[in-house]
Amino acid sequence: MQWETVIGLEIHAQLSTRSKIFSGSATTFGAEPNTQASLVDLGMPGTLPVLNAEAVRMACKFGLAIDAHIAPQNVFARKNYFYPDLPKGYQTSQMDHPIVGKGFLDITLEDGTTKRIGITRAHLEEDAGKSLHEDFHGMSGIDLNRAGTPLLEIVSEPDIRSAKEAVAYVKAIHALVRYLGICDGNMAEGSLRCDCNVSVRPKGQAEFGTRAEIKNVNSFRFIEKAINHEVQRQIELIEDGGKVVQETRLYDPNKDQTRSMRSKEEANDYRYFPCPDLLPVVIEQSFLDEVRASLPELPVQKRERFEAQFGLSAYDATVLAASRELADYFEAVNTVCGDAKLAANWVMGELSSLLNKDNLDIEQSPVSAEQLGGMILRIKDNTISGKIAKMVFEALAAGEGASADEVIEKKGLKQVTDSGAIESMLDEVLAANAEQVEQYRASDEAKRGKMFGFFVGQAMKASKGKANPGQVNELLKKKLEG
Amino acid sequence: MALERSDVEKIAHLARLGLAEDDLPRTTATLNNILGLIDAMQAVDTDGVEPLAHPLETTQRLRADAVSEQNQRDAYQAIAPAVENGLYLVPKVIE
Amino acid sequence: MHQLTLAEIARGLADKRFSSVELTTALLARIAQLDPQLNSFITVTEEQALAQARAADARRAAGEDGALLGAPIAHKDLFCTKDVLTSCGSKILTGFKAPYDATVVEKLATAGSVSLGKLNMDEFAMGSANESSHYGPVKNPWDLTRVPGGSSGGSAAAVAARLIPAATGTDTGGSIRQPAALTNLTGLKPTYGRVSRWGMIAYASSLDQGGPLARTAEDCALILQAIAGFDAKDSTCVDQPVDDYLATLGQPLNGLRIGLPKEYFGAGLDARIGEKVMAVVEELKKLGATVKQISLPNMQHAIPAYYVIAPAEASSNLSRFDGVRFGYRCENPQNLEDLYKRSRAEGFGAEVKRRIMVGTYALSAGYYDAYYLKAQKIRRLIKNDFVRAFEEVDLILGPTTPNLAWKLGEKNDDPVAAYLEDIYTITANLAGVPGLSMPAGFVDGLPVGVQLLGNYFQEARLLNVAHQYQQVSDWHTQAPSGF
Repeated sequence: MQWETVIGLEIHAQLSTRSKIFSGSATTFGAEPNTQASLVDLGMPGTLPVLNAEAVRMACKFGLAIDAHIAPQNVFARKNYFYPDLPKGYQTSQMDHPIVGKGFLDITLEDGTTKRIGITRAHLEEDAGKSLHEDFHGMSGIDLNRAGTPLLEIVSEPDIRSAKEAVAYVKAIHALVRYLGICDGNMAEGSLRCDCNVSVRPKGQAEFGTRAEIKNVNSFRFIEKAINHEVQRQIELIEDGGKVVQETRLYDPNKDQTRSMRSKEEANDYRYFPCPDLLPVVIEQSFLDEVRASLPELPVQKRERFEAQFGLSAYDATVLAASRELADYFEAVNTVCGDAKLAANWVMGELSSLLNKDNLDIEQSPVSAEQLGGMILRIKDNTISGKIAKMVFEALAAGEGASADEVIEKKGLKQVTDSGAIESMLDEVLAANAEQVEQYRASDEAKRGKMFGFFVGQAMKASKGKANPGQVNELLKKKLEG
Repeated sequence: MALERSDVEKIAHLARLGLAEDDLPRTTATLNNILGLIDAMQAVDTDGVEPLAHPLETTQRLRADAVSEQNQRDAYQAIAPAVENGLYLVPKVIE
Repeated sequence: MHQLTLAEIARGLADKRFSSVELTTALLARIAQLDPQLNSFITVTEEQALAQARAADARRAAGEDGALLGAPIAHKDLFCTKDVLTSCGSKILTGFKAPYDATVVEKLATAGSVSLGKLNMDEFAMGSANESSHYGPVKNPWDLTRVPGGSSGGSAAAVAARLIPAATGTDTGGSIRQPAALTNLTGLKPTYGRVSRWGMIAYASSLDQGGPLARTAEDCALILQAIAGFDAKDSTCVDQPVDDYLATLGQPLNGLRIGLPKEYFGAGLDARIGEKVMAVVEELKKLGATVKQISLPNMQHAIPAYYVIAPAEASSNLSRFDGVRFGYRCENPQNLEDLYKRSRAEGFGAEVKRRIMVGTYALSAGYYDAYYLKAQKIRRLIKNDFVRAFEEVDLILGPTTPNLAWKLGEKNDDPVAAYLEDIYTITANLAGVPGLSMPAGFVDGLPVGVQLLGNYFQEARLLNVAHQYQQVSDWHTQAPSGF
């Protein structure tokens, strides 16, 4: 049977506010346990929450960026359950009246086509603490530093049809929140976490199958693997006559499989009700207008502009627009060199492999956009060839010069374009390879092509790569035909 | 809407209140008495009435995003039942 | 010295007739001597009190003045007091020395008042007899076999017995006004949001409000002046200027329009209480007030709505008492669930557990609409009743309680009977309007209270009317024999 996969994602993005959503504690990652847990975060009796204005603003930014309706009033509710990392015995969240309503996000698939993914809602809530399972005499340790960190929970429609689409969607959300400056997107530290609701159905069937929720998948690679494995598990289960049960599962990257989380299986009744300590949050139109005016160019807009303005391919434009920093770098290179295609090739080629090799972010690039742009200028004006440019680039990366010009000067890499000099160099090369010249001249046109390359190679070698390749070709041809 | 014994057990579990077997009948009876009092409101006509969650029909005041809290772990953990290495200890959490 | 009101103490201290240390020492001795009969204090903070008194005397010697500078008070034991046991009358807060001060506590300390300790109360403020405290029942100084009312029963008994001139209390469904009525005191529940709830351990967050219990309206005004006002730490606390409550005490009552809701004088009211209340009305008329009958038609629905909303909020508010970060933890928990279930079962008393269960049920899947949402709609109707009433009158007047103080233990086995005692007080909490109870006389030697309800933020009006009445009556000056 042909199966269709249906996926909906819930993404939890930690908002990059300085302080927590309801208290003045810092949100810095990696502090000593419980040193960033205030009276409010600890759920001490008598304490009260006061909402962080920046968290509201960030949620509105996101809402505007996905073209969502932002409700004039949103309401915080309590989600009641007992868990040691939840100090108050309830999570302050939003239920019936989320801050961000229905919106959408367009994603680019590998074949360059775009697909629109619906976003059901996004709401503000507080993060929980962490249970540490190292053994403390058979006990678990609770660290509440993370408790109260603001989260934006972004819930997608079940519009996603494959693990690859899921990854593309998460990447698009990741790019968006980073563009907006509302989340650092650090998945290893849990700043962006993903719950995947996965089900399968026979192709052509209208109703959805029973879904399983895979909790807390924390990298793009794991999202793809976890979904693929879950899909496979469900298909095999059904084909063997079994039934998928609605449950929460955990992806184990070490074993590359999902397993049921029995402890969370028990039917929960969260008893949501409006939080009596927090009044409705009113969002004024003037505030929204002001936030809208402050929005940066977003990934989709940037991608479209790169295609239209610079004639880049959809793929190149998507790659370059994926992060705001990369896009800015690319544009800075282009401003200097005035050749978007060369700039794109160098940024996506040599520069990206350099950064990947040393595991650096674009902001840490050893070659600045000005340096790279300056170097491309020298390619364009024939001061250096593309091949020599790679040497210049490596020298710049190694800090061997402040600019391409300096490296070219210092290392004497300037291209030789003086035809007299090239001719005498070619005469030497031909003299040293008299036998091959004979053979060349005796050969027919078909064979000559290959043999010509040999002479070019010898000539470039003799000039240490500095001879202008065009001139070498031209003069060599003349002399051989001679 | 009278509660059965099993309802009371379920409620007590949701509220994480241990209930002795012996107390169940009495607890069930008392809760049903209270619910009897409460159920009187079912007769009130509230069609079209907007629920009121809060006496103050004003809006949420927001706080500027600033860090105002310092580490006070020692003071806060001095009153905790069980701590070690700065962590609160609980019986093993199984996931 | 113990007979002095706060206002008299202020004059005495200002005139250097006695020092705060002398006064504090005398009251501490009186507490040690008399409180064993009443059980009104859970904790007496003798050393801290004397230190505060010395500091107050020093401030005064340095030229500072202030109505509360050096004045002794005490706090209901659900206001957090730094490094002092804050128990809420519950076993579950065993060992809970709060790591911070409530805003009310801080404000009164800043004003220079001297806190003598923490006062007994119904466990988590759930009760109207002060019999549900883990620290034992409080007795009514007017008759030691009777209840003082609740939940601020310790506050009421201590002030009525002249152990302290004034105390803080909290009122979620009448917990300041009802004990004030049963012990011959003046007690004020301010408008919701007038006084910060930071550090006031929550029972029902949308209903709770702190306020004073004292012997006179003037003393209530002194305390309210110190504790009212904006607090950035409580986002439900209103940012609105605080009236000068003392300045308006002396205003004449000419033209004051008083409404008597017919529902407050119907079946269920002890007729003798009704007579006392009407006698107060006659006095107020002589002072220039006009009186008309009004109706608050939804009052009868207030009890069911309250006993859904308050327990629902409480069931959530009390989830944090889980034996993990503070307070009581059961011995040798076998696993996480056992830790929760036994700590909470052993730590909470019967009434608290009942209300947690009622609230849990009211919020649970399938019942939310029938209970919680329905109760919220009724809450709207009750608020609308008040809004309409205050279009035609300035003040609503009626009895505070339907009955006199009852015998200890009398209503222990029947929670529903005890709930009905709240009938006249809970509407103010549901609507959020301010209410005041003041002495209206005695029946069989037991105090009777009259309740004044005002429009939002009209505390000054309530205090003014009560003060004017207290200028022409002397019920409030009467002390229980033996105290």
